[in-house]
Amino acid sequence: MEFYRSHVLVCGGTPCVLEGCKGVRDALVAEVQRRGLEREVKVVETGCLGPCDLGPVIVVYPEGTLYQKVRVSDVPDIVEEHLLKGRVVARLVGEAPQAGVVKYEEPKYLGVQERIVLRNCGVIDPESIEEYIARDGYRALARCLTEMKPADVIEAVKKSGLVGRGGAAFPTGLKWSFTAKAGADQKYILCNADEGEPGTFKDRLILEGDPHSILEGMAIAGYAVGADKGFVYVRGEYVLSIERLGKAIEQARALGLLGQNVFGTGFSFDVEIRKGAGAYVCGEETALIESIEGKRGEPRVKPPYPGTEGLFGKPTVVNNVETLANIPPILLNGPEWFRRVGTERCPGTKVFTLTGDIKNKGLIEVPMGITLRRVVFEIGGGIPGGRGFKMAQTGGTSGGCLPKELLDVPMDYFTLPEHGSALGSGALLIMDDSHCIVDIARCFMEFFKHESCGKCTPCREGTARLYEIVDKIARGDGQPGDLELLEELGAAMQATSLCGLGQSAPVPIKTMLKYFRDEFHAHVHERLCPTGTCGI
Amino acid sequence: MERAAGDPGICSTRVSEILAKYSRRPDALVSILHDVQKEAGYVSEKAMTEIASELDIPVSKVYGVATFYTLFSTRPKGRYIVRVCENAPCHVRGARAVVEALERELGIPMGGTTSDGRFTLEYTSCLGVCGVAPAIMINEAVYGNLTPERVPLILKEYK
Ligand SMILES: Cc1cc2nc3c(=O)[nH]c(=O)nc-3n(C[C@H](O)[C@H](O)[C@H](O)COP(=O)(O)O)c2cc1C
Ligand code: SF4
Ligand code: FES
Ligand code: FES
Repeated sequence: MEFYRSHVLVCGGTPCVLEGCKGVRDALVAEVQRRGLEREVKVVETGCLGPCDLGPVIVVYPEGTLYQKVRVSDVPDIVEEHLLKGRVVARLVGEAPQAGVVKYEEPKYLGVQERIVLRNCGVIDPESIEEYIARDGYRALARCLTEMKPADVIEAVKKSGLVGRGGAAFPTGLKWSFTAKAGADQKYILCNADEGEPGTFKDRLILEGDPHSILEGMAIAGYAVGADKGFVYVRGEYVLSIERLGKAIEQARALGLLGQNVFGTGFSFDVEIRKGAGAYVCGEETALIESIEGKRGEPRVKPPYPGTEGLFGKPTVVNNVETLANIPPILLNGPEWFRRVGTERCPGTKVFTLTGDIKNKGLIEVPMGITLRRVVFEIGGGIPGGRGFKMAQTGGTSGGCLPKELLDVPMDYFTLPEHGSALGSGALLIMDDSHCIVDIARCFMEFFKHESCGKCTPCREGTARLYEIVDKIARGDGQPGDLELLEELGAAMQATSLCGLGQSAPVPIKTMLKYFRDEFHAHVHERLCPTGTCGI
Repeated sequence: MERAAGDPGICSTRVSEILAKYSRRPDALVSILHDVQKEAGYVSEKAMTEIASELDIPVSKVYGVATFYTLFSTRPKGRYIVRVCENAPCHVRGARAVVEALERELGIPMGGTTSDGRFTLEYTSCLGVCGVAPAIMINEAVYGNLTPERVPLILKEYK
């Protein structure tokens, strides 16, 4: 391998692409060449580096200097000043702390982060299988195939304590064991990359930044349960994810890491991509299966569960992207290594996407069980514009809203539900005190009304009614009894809806009524919107 | 991709070719509709009838699938489909004002198509770029960090 004095990582994640990172990369390559530095400096396009709202972002190593909002016109300075003369281009480092230089290793970027899922994201060129392999890629698969029996693999995943990162937090090893036990001539592994939960974009950035980790995770799952075929169901809107994943599949096939007789062991496994077509409910595992079968994406009645009767009626494992990305490191380093991070009940890390009224937005990976306070104020840099923290919605639109009194609750799959919320997909929407609770509640309910598939009555009617009532309250036409009605309706939906959509639609509103009732009350009884948002 | 206004849809030969690409497998229906939508801009009644007869499934099934997913349309739309996200993360960052600016600039309400057939304005659910909210998507291109001021500048690229 060649030795380079400097590496310039240019983020190639979608948010940075939108801001023009491709032009910056091309300009860097050209400028480096023009200065005759191409043997000393390597320009690498990587996956998401984290601070997505500062794009295009680049990091220069070995110093670890992070440059933000880089324009093509800045490139000559970066090359001249930094790469030739070793001086930082101060105007591109943003709000610099004491030292005067923003480093990628700082708390808000990598500092308190623990990178298992994102181990390669922002580090390697996602379009190069060689770079993935150079960082131990496909070694876990090799070890499974040559040193472990399928049952050992499942045992290791069970011991790791990994629970699904798609929202339902089902123990992954246990899920695999059901499918492994099921007798059938054909089994499937499905990777759920439908990612429709508002505020969530982690799966997109994992696929864009490290697609091979998903393929390796799927192949290991295939070996463990006895499946030889996998599908990745990706949202149709995720153009770059689909492109990178497609390239990764071809590269893996070319090296014999997918296809027939992998590592000469007789094990075969191949993967196909299926594009979603714009329906949030298709993220629900049985709706996703219906969609792959070419039907309307309406959830099935469970049981039977996919584990025993899934795609085309065959035993099927459905796992989230982030869950699968955890698999290779667990098998490579062992369950004990994995358990050293996170909480007893929820080992490992969690990838969060930080959005809303917060200084540092973007993608982070932190130990499971971290408090909301640390995420918001330490990593997120707090609330901008001199405003105060009002609430955070955890788990996307189907999660609950937490007030500032609950900033110290550890975030994991079991503790948040105790407070009426959910960890869900890992979306964290931070809202400052300028927002009106009722206005935000209406926005949530509009989403569910639109996304309900209409198959079952409690959800079809319930989501429409919830929206109507909240809308009425926002317009100043609330009636006494409306708040109780919202609660009653919500309880009925949670008890009787067919799938998780209808069951979780009332969750945000329940928590808002619990923690911010006085604001609803003011709208209904005093015809007053305390923040002045609703114009009543 | 720009399409001619008043596009009559897609010719039977192309539908046949697309079906052949998927070996006429009924389980590939969503992929087939993706291809037809991409080429014609919408899935016409004629295309649905052809797909149904060649896959040997009822037309009602094809119609049911085509109308279930928001990325498919059974009616012709503008050449450029402007999809605006108004889900919570975008809402919190000011998507409302962006919606108003779009309606004003294009002179149509949400759901409408301009009289010259150039633009259709509609809502979309979260585009998965909430780190740069508010966001919109015009055909396949996504724009983030939107402000009402940026709206006319972006639309100009398509006028
Ligand atoms: C309405 C709804 C939407 C969902 N969307 C997703 C999604 O986008 N991605 C995902 O991985 N899981 C989603 N799920 C959860 C899946 O049904 C399933 O639990 C998950 O994919 C299993 O993978 P895991 O065990 O690795 O978490 C959704 C569930 C519901 C009810
Ligand atoms: S709960 Fe809602 S989304 Fe789920 S099946 Fe019923 S109507 Fe469809
Ligand atoms: S996409 Fe560039 S930092 Fe996230
Ligand atoms: S909420 Fe608008 S892009 Fe995600």
